[in-house]
Amino acid sequence: MKFKGYRRADGSIGIRNHILVIPTVSCVNRVALDIASKTGAVTFMHPYGCTFDAEENTTTEDTFIGHGRHQNVGAVLVVSLGCETASARRIADAISTTGKPVEMLIVQKEGGARSTRDTGIGIVERLKGEIPAEPNDEGDVSELIVALECGSSDAFSGLTANPAVGEAADILVGAGGTVVLSEITEMVGAERVLWRRGKTDKIKQDLMTLIKEYEIELSMTTQDDSGVFISPGNIEGGLTTIEEKSLGCIYKAGTQPIVQIVKYGERPTEKGVVIMDTPGFDIASVTGKVAGGAHMVLFTTGKGTPTGSCIAPVLKISSNNDTFKALREDIDLSAGDVLEGTKSLKQVGEEIVELVMDTANGQQAKAEYFNIQEFAIPNVSVVRKEVIHQKLAEQNDFRFQQ
Amino acid sequence: MEKTAIQIKESDHVATATVELLPAETVIVSGIGNGRPLRVEEKIPRGHKIALRDIAAHEEIHKYGEVIGIATEAILAGHWVHVHNCRGAKGRRFDEIHARKQGE
Repeated sequence: MKFKGYRRADGSIGIRNHILVIPTVSCVNRVALDIASKTGAVTFMHPYGCTFDAEENTTTEDTFIGHGRHQNVGAVLVVSLGCETASARRIADAISTTGKPVEMLIVQKEGGARSTRDTGIGIVERLKGEIPAEPNDEGDVSELIVALECGSSDAFSGLTANPAVGEAADILVGAGGTVVLSEITEMVGAERVLWRRGKTDKIKQDLMTLIKEYEIELSMTTQDDSGVFISPGNIEGGLTTIEEKSLGCIYKAGTQPIVQIVKYGERPTEKGVVIMDTPGFDIASVTGKVAGGAHMVLFTTGKGTPTGSCIAPVLKISSNNDTFKALREDIDLSAGDVLEGTKSLKQVGEEIVELVMDTANGQQAKAEYFNIQEFAIPNVSVVRKEVIHQKLAEQNDFRFQQ
Repeated sequence: MEKTAIQIKESDHVATATVELLPAETVIVSGIGNGRPLRVEEKIPRGHKIALRDIAAHEEIHKYGEVIGIATEAILAGHWVHVHNCRGAKGRRFDEIHARKQGE
């Protein structure tokens, strides 16, 4: 399966050709927004960029860098305030190693917000001439990284949309492509399944440790065992065990072996099923996978959500036809015919693969209607991590000792 | 419209009812294929599971092609599969951990 895209200087291939404006701190969000609105460049709004937590600062910078280096981005304008903890210089330098044009503006040196905006508009207009005009380069499905996500789920998400995406994942991986599953919180309970799925012992062990960290975090924040045992509401809804609940979510990645585990925002180097360390919050999870090079996102939903990414198409797949009809302007495809018995999961899976290829060829996702989108990183405080690691040691977990 | 229950994988022992199923009704098992009929033996609420074949006591119960739990008693085809006759492996492991900690 082939598509036409934009071959970048570093050899990667993009399916979009965006000029990205990165505000390095929330103080200059509005300047970036103004430049993007007036030029058609893309940007995102966020509350980060100035923090005393070293790990949060690094994650912030790395996530910006991941967006700038992304294959779907042809050129970048970094907009900085000048005194924030996130380093605009480090961000711009790390992006420019890909060989794409990168420019930087510092509001405190440009004479203010309006002057920066005016200069920024001029820079973006010039950058438009420096990126390829048409997608003339051939790409193969084996070069695609497709992120998997679920949000605003309902009782049927785990029965129609997620298994249909799982069928699509098996087809994409079978053709040499890569799918990225994340949201470790949803994996608590499915350890045995994931253990069997891990390609090497190292992957199996790393995944178990990762899941345990989230389990401790859940018990710290919720003050109950909701992450370990299913709730009375789940049981009333028909879920019998925690394994069943988790499988409904992780089945989006299909049935192939897990070949790599990557950190938040890290780019996979293996092809196949990859797991990324992200929280369950949709926006932070999508942001991490896009920072890690996902060309597009398959986002299953029960009730429907308009959320997107400014550089990667986020395709919505509803679990039922009622939501599809009600939110037609936000949802790209419905798996609802499976509920009515008129289509099989395999048929919907094939439709999803077609949608992936059409999107790679430039067909607009519903969520791409706007050039300014959401952006979030997870809570990565050093202090919190220390508490989790201490508890891990104290608890002496022996679930998988024989 | 016919009542359907969704089977995810060929090897699954259960399908999930998309609407409430009542005894003596026929449900169309969809999802993996275009549907085969199954006789309902017991009332099954919407979103709950129906056994696709007889399941022996202590047998592993499969959904998504994976083990979701163990049958605590024999379950006949067409019957309801839930917390009264299916137990998760994870919960039991925690009991064991608790027992081992108590024994220390």
